[in-house]
Amino acid sequence: MADKILVFIEQRNGKIKKSSLEAVKTASDIAQKLSGSVEAISIGNEIENLENVGGFGAGKVTHYKNADLENYSPSGYADIISNYSTENNIDLFFFAASSMGKDLAPRVAIKTDSGLAMDCILLNCESNEIIATRPIYAGKALIDVKLTSPKKVFVLRPNVFNSGTPTDKKAEVSVVNVDSPNLSVKVVDIKKSEGKIDVAEADIIVSGGRGMKGPEHFKLVEDLAQVLGAASGASRAVVDAGWRPHSEQVGQTGKTVSPNLYVALGISGAIQHLAGMRSSKYIVAINKDKDAPIFQVADYGIAGDVFEIVPAMIEEIKKIKS
Amino acid sequence: MKIAVCVSHVPDTAAKINIGSDGKALDPNGVTFIVNPYDEFAVEETLKTKEKFGGETVAISLGSDANKETLRKVLAMGIDNAVLLKDDSYRDSFSVAKALAEEIKTQNAELVFFGKQSVDFDNSVVGQLTAEILGYNCISVVVSFLLEGNKITCEREIEGGKEIVETTLPALITAQKGLNEPRYASLKGIMAAKKKEILEKQPAALNNSVEIISMKKPAPKQAGKILGTDATAVPELVRLLREEAKVI
Repeated sequence: MADKILVFIEQRNGKIKKSSLEAVKTASDIAQKLSGSVEAISIGNEIENLENVGGFGAGKVTHYKNADLENYSPSGYADIISNYSTENNIDLFFFAASSMGKDLAPRVAIKTDSGLAMDCILLNCESNEIIATRPIYAGKALIDVKLTSPKKVFVLRPNVFNSGTPTDKKAEVSVVNVDSPNLSVKVVDIKKSEGKIDVAEADIIVSGGRGMKGPEHFKLVEDLAQVLGAASGASRAVVDAGWRPHSEQVGQTGKTVSPNLYVALGISGAIQHLAGMRSSKYIVAINKDKDAPIFQVADYGIAGDVFEIVPAMIEEIKKIKS
Repeated sequence: MKIAVCVSHVPDTAAKINIGSDGKALDPNGVTFIVNPYDEFAVEETLKTKEKFGGETVAISLGSDANKETLRKVLAMGIDNAVLLKDDSYRDSFSVAKALAEEIKTQNAELVFFGKQSVDFDNSVVGQLTAEILGYNCISVVVSFLLEGNKITCEREIEGGKEIVETTLPALITAQKGLNEPRYASLKGIMAAKKKEILEKQPAALNNSVEIISMKKPAPKQAGKILGTDATAVPELVRLLREEAKVI
């Protein structure tokens, strides 16, 4: 079965997102096992370096171009992808589970009659069948699923699949001008949070909990985040108390994250918080209470006072970075 | 205007999850179930919209008799009517969406609110799927909602900011935390909800395209090293992060 795989390449401000490259590489590994092929689609106005998706395994990429599609339009994007799929007989679709991918993939699934596996963290291909592993209950459990429909959509959690080292291969880029896109739902503007890294996309996250004792002490969390080039996060307790915005919340009713390094400051480790961060590659916990549940998932811990230890960490990291 | 809100009945976020003996589903023993947290924001926005523009509200839930508890809670918050689409069997997101879409059509609701995801299967797709089946405009993960005449303007949370999204009715909106502060049920509301009838219906059976092969708990993480109890442990911590973990 020579499956044709289509990968959606997400762009923001004309730049390709890293999570889309992870999807191309993963699709290309799967394509090898299925003796299939990988092509890519991207939608926007000006998009930089699209040919580079070739290095991750896509043979060709089609750029659907229109100034009104520079920002996301759920209706416009879904129509273009499903039309492309019909014209090109696509069997499998890959998306990154970014906020755009999570919104768009189900729409494409309906329009193309495809089964849908969301937020996959592992794909295994056995005898021409793809088994997807995905977390449920915010990671308190995992399920292995198989899609029984002929067409299938896989949506991959960002920062879990490795995009590998790209080869020098360039993809063949073709540009299609879109005449009158379906703009029944349209993003008209984007408000950026000033200069901050988002927890959902960060390689390193420094989070604070109730042990920080008050909103005024989160400067310490932010200072450590800054020397590490990290995003600052927060536990549900401090978000509910109004100390920090919800966009920073890590856990079951916040964001589920898997950065390379997660530093928990004054966080005891409620089950809903652990669910949201336990898949981080390395976890550091600083907490006064040596019996706090956070130490059960931490790789390294210091059972002491955050107000003494964090300033020392900032100094030590500055020293090695200089 | 008729406004519908779809609600699910899910394990409490504080619950420990155990797998049932078939290895494919949750063992519900000892698990407390609650109104899906994101659905509370959807219910609140439904009530606020009715208070502003008038109309009638209906809550729809798909699941077993146990879901009546969740429906009673949202009736107590002030929703006018409730429908239980009774089906105990496993349904994938598409099959859930299909049943909800049928009922929304029957109810003739032109504005629909959902939570952005249920905190059980965490798919965060049923809202978008339902909207596509209905042919409604859909905005997901919404933190602000404004309806003026036929026009809807929402803020939608994305990585590192918010998108301002415009569309028109009929529409389906999925709610993110931050959209509003859900109200508590008043005593009067709770008493009134007890007397209300929950309409039960049998949704059409459907084939699933997502087959669960197995459900398991993640491998337990090896507890790591506690390096000390004060700042003297910091150089060793930083050395390990740099040399052993290679993350800084």
